[in-house]
Amino acid sequence: MSPTVVNLIYLIAGILFILGIKGLTKPSTAVRGNQLSSLGMLIAIVVTLLNAEVVNFTYIIAGGVFGAAVGAFMALRIQMTSMPQMVALLNGFGGGASLTIALAEYFSVLNVDANSFAELLVPVALSSDAFGEGGEGQVTLISIGLTILIGAVTLVGSLVAFAKLQGLIKKNIGLPGGPAGNALLLLGAVIALGCLVISPNQAVTVITLVALALLLGLFLVLPIGGADMPVVIALLNSYSGLAAALAGFILGNTVLIIAGSLVGTSGLILTKIMCVAMNRSLGNVLFGKMAAAGEKIDADEIYAGKVTSAQPDEVAMMLEVAKRVVIVPGYGMAMAQAQHAVRELADSMESRGIEVEYGIHPVAGRMPGHMNVLLAEAEVPYDKLVEMDRINPTFEDTDVVIVIGANDVTNPMAREAEGSPIYGMPILNVDKARNVVVIKRSLSPGFAGLPNPLFAMDHTLMVYGDGKKAVVEMTTALNQS
Amino acid sequence: MDILILLLALFVLSLFLGVELIVKVPPTLHTPLMSGTNAVSGITLVGALLAAGSDTSPMLVNVLGFLAVTFATINVVGGYLVTNRMLSMFKRK
Repeated sequence: MSPTVVNLIYLIAGILFILGIKGLTKPSTAVRGNQLSSLGMLIAIVVTLLNAEVVNFTYIIAGGVFGAAVGAFMALRIQMTSMPQMVALLNGFGGGASLTIALAEYFSVLNVDANSFAELLVPVALSSDAFGEGGEGQVTLISIGLTILIGAVTLVGSLVAFAKLQGLIKKNIGLPGGPAGNALLLLGAVIALGCLVISPNQAVTVITLVALALLLGLFLVLPIGGADMPVVIALLNSYSGLAAALAGFILGNTVLIIAGSLVGTSGLILTKIMCVAMNRSLGNVLFGKMAAAGEKIDADEIYAGKVTSAQPDEVAMMLEVAKRVVIVPGYGMAMAQAQHAVRELADSMESRGIEVEYGIHPVAGRMPGHMNVLLAEAEVPYDKLVEMDRINPTFEDTDVVIVIGANDVTNPMAREAEGSPIYGMPILNVDKARNVVVIKRSLSPGFAGLPNPLFAMDHTLMVYGDGKKAVVEMTTALNQS
Repeated sequence: MDILILLLALFVLSLFLGVELIVKVPPTLHTPLMSGTNAVSGITLVGALLAAGSDTSPMLVNVLGFLAVTFATINVVGGYLVTNRMLSMFKRK
């Protein structure tokens, strides 16, 4: 097949990717969009396999079969509550693919048949235009270096993010010196990249670059805590796209550049949305701690004698006379696997003519849209899931708000307590409702480490215990009355 | 260099197109958006196939190509399947 035809078909694939993402702008067209996108992928792969340069199918079949089996197993078996882990892994594999492609491209030009690691380090004779003539050669080398850097950071960073989400790594450990240590690693990687461009015949430059980039990925994500994961995952998503686009520059491949930059911008926009929803800069999420409060806020002083607790059946009595109820889910609902129980409670209320909606904070959960996917799994219609900006004005006309497993995103200190670490963060104004029910294990603070004055308000009832059990008991009590 | 400028133009224009498209995706679909774009970034499979399938290269290149094919295929297959699984939950009413 002539290169012209191949490139035209790549263009068609690119168009299908664009139409695929366009389909995602509406839930009704989203499935079709995803199918169009996968069709684009299929024709891009088929046309590449017909390429005359592809002659040895052993490794392709081995990798393809193994990868397809792993991918299908993960996709079909993963629980919806674990979707952040799945996306973290996919980000990492995307980075890994770009990393290994850049390395393969480099070593195919170097053409050393090394049998040991030491042999690899011996400089080889290389003509000055091995990577392309003059400026082109340098551009290719810079692309290779940047793809390796970003690909390796994405691979390791995503694996660490996965381990944190899965609870395999619980501590937030950083380099001594914090951001300064990371800056040193980055500086070292940039120097190695420079050496690679100057003397491409020495593989030691590439190996150093890989090592430094892997360490950088490790120490960039290790210090970051659980509730900041939405930002990290979105950012790594963006990196994986950027790495793919850069790999496109190495290979001079147009469809890689189109697809990679679409993914890159998508991740970046989600990152920005998450940062705005936490009222923090990206730098603060990545390198800062939550600012320590000026004066330590005494939780006892806020809670002492003011917290009212209730049993699920008391809440049911309150729900009986309500006209409008808003449910506010958080990460705790995912932890308790309570989404189906919540839906049943909502069904029971709706059968009594109570209006029920869900208020979704952008950073609720561990990744963008986490709560929406969980509730969709429980067959909650998506038009009942209302964004923060649209639900906030309705709280004053709401009889009961049920907060399940959310904390910081409902903390009125963000609105009122100037000087508080979360001051200025947009929150769900649940305290404006007539009654608030908070389902929570205890009065322990959320990720921000702050007490929540909402819990001590006169119109707030605390229901202690497991989220799922409490909701099921409420439903039972409501059905019996 | 002419080709490089063309590729650069394609890159920059795709970034702008990306912004225009993505800001229209509603928050409800942000998780499927992420897994769907994961699948799209599996387009690196195209590059991986070229690396793994060349016959003249040293063994090391083929092994790297094998790894690249594996990673990219996981993204393509896993990404599209899991996105489809999520989106079909949003479809039903």
